[in-house]
Amino acid sequence: MSFKIVVLAKQVPDTANVTQDAMKEDGTVNRAALPVIFNPEDLHALEMALRVKDKIKDSEVILLTMGPVRANEIIREALFHGADKGYLLTDRRFAGSDTLATSYALSMAIKKLWPVNLIFTGRQAIDGDTAQVGPQTAEKLGIPQITYAEELIDVDTSSITIKRRLDRGIEIIKSTLPCLITVNHSSPRCRFRNAKLVMKYKKATSMSELQDRNEDYYDLFESKPYLKIDEWGVEDINADIKWLGLSGSPTKVKKIENVVFKAKENLVLADNDNDIDKLMKTLINSHIIG
Amino acid sequence: MNSIFVYCELTEEKNIADVSLELCSKGRKLANQLNVPLEAIVIGDVDENIARQVSPYGVDVIHFAKDNRLFPYQTLPHAAIVIELLKNEQPQIVIYGATPIGRDLAPRVASALRCGLTADCTELAIGSHIEPKSQKEYKNLLLQIRPAFGGNIIATIINPETRPQMATVREGVMKKEIISNSYNSKISKIDTEKILKPEHFILQTIERHVEPQKINIKNANIIVSGGYGMGSKENFQLLYELANILGAEVGASRAAVDAGFAEPERQIGQTGVTVRPKLYIACGISGAVQHRAGMAESSTIISINTDPKAPINEIADYVIIGDVNSVIPKMIKFYKQNVK
Repeated sequence: MSFKIVVLAKQVPDTANVTQDAMKEDGTVNRAALPVIFNPEDLHALEMALRVKDKIKDSEVILLTMGPVRANEIIREALFHGADKGYLLTDRRFAGSDTLATSYALSMAIKKLWPVNLIFTGRQAIDGDTAQVGPQTAEKLGIPQITYAEELIDVDTSSITIKRRLDRGIEIIKSTLPCLITVNHSSPRCRFRNAKLVMKYKKATSMSELQDRNEDYYDLFESKPYLKIDEWGVEDINADIKWLGLSGSPTKVKKIENVVFKAKENLVLADNDNDIDKLMKTLINSHIIG
Repeated sequence: MNSIFVYCELTEEKNIADVSLELCSKGRKLANQLNVPLEAIVIGDVDENIARQVSPYGVDVIHFAKDNRLFPYQTLPHAAIVIELLKNEQPQIVIYGATPIGRDLAPRVASALRCGLTADCTELAIGSHIEPKSQKEYKNLLLQIRPAFGGNIIATIINPETRPQMATVREGVMKKEIISNSYNSKISKIDTEKILKPEHFILQTIERHVEPQKINIKNANIIVSGGYGMGSKENFQLLYELANILGAEVGASRAAVDAGFAEPERQIGQTGVTVRPKLYIACGISGAVQHRAGMAESSTIISINTDPKAPINEIADYVIIGDVNSVIPKMIKFYKQNVK
């Protein structure tokens, strides 16, 4: 494989559907009560990567994620959609990393995979909404970035052309490779799982998952090496722990509070002529409208 | 003492963006508290008089880079200039708009300077912090307050050790306030030739379409806003009718925008615009925390919803229990009947 495309993805709590059960008394979030999902914009990024793969012969899509062993779920999901390989960065010493430390770890892993031609990632993850990891990773790799990507216009082995979303319009940008692209939710949704790929990769597993289940892995990985999800720790990516975890994170959380809105005493009206007539009169008389 | 810096961005019409002026006003207050100068960065192809648009907001020094290659914004040349400037000037705080430009630039700069950055702040303050473990006290830190976890909680973030402390701030959450129209700012010119290299221009802009701003939700007095409960893009037409006769703008919740009922520019809430109109009419909006955070400060709120338990009703002055498709035509009818 000569052309390497890396997709950075994250398994996130489904913050769009936080129920009351997920909020603790003190206003903090009970992460355990939330289902985890493939970060939505990272799925858009995977789709754009797969479209590049469709256009370029001998290219491969590699999913890279950082998180607990459970995050292997999104690697398998990516394989079902068309990715070729997945790596999980997992190590207790990564825990507590802010965006700067995370981008350092990711950039070290990408360097290990180098030469890489293209990197795609979602614009932002729904648990933090920072949109920082993409640009920070690009800076650490010393490569250009295109943020808010909406459409793949063209790609060849030396350049990529991307339509990106602006506040009030669009821009079409051409970059040399390598380049990092953050993908906006306005881009095409990810293609469906492919039934054949689901069959092929259903049993894709990492070493620690197999150990947890007390299963024998030697035979499996020997006969079907593509089923092995590689797990990398700090040493595997030659990272300096000084720049990782809490010690590598310049931002600290000082305080977390519940969101409180002042409840108002309200007037409840029914959907009938009388109530609506009165309401419109009140609004007009108090000069709010009219 | 080390200054506070504001990165100021240009609008498509080549004026200083509103969000940057809002940040200058906030920066002025923080600078007064710390008793340090407020400095702005203006990078583009505009003349000095445009850069001086920030002066009335209390900016002491304007770092001004003029170069034809610097508009429209591109990551690499702007980042190179800002990184070089911040390395030389060593400010203690740098703030950017949480706009597509600020959110593209600030992380690149933070990574190069290895400093902390907090995205999408809704409030900034100065305060102290005692590290629980070491009992070490940090004074005059920038408290960066932002919604977190999908907007379900509010977090206060600090950077105790690294400088500068950097944050991006949402548009519309800080107030623009003129200090004096004759406020005297010193211009400090940046020599772009010394900083910019050919490799900063490897990205090629092939095409650019920018539409003039048609939708101005932020400054509307009355907003008629629709949620997922509107059911369809066609049903949104009803909101335009009501908005039209009331002289209002049409807003939308994230769910409605995601469903394609309305343009993203109309989105109100944590990931859209923050608004404080005289009247907010929420139609078929259940009122997720993220939406309420962007409109809770409206003077009068009407909620139209079939669900009496919709969270938005808690902050509404008037709650109409009913289907929008039946309620809004009645509102239009009785408005016309009663208005002189």
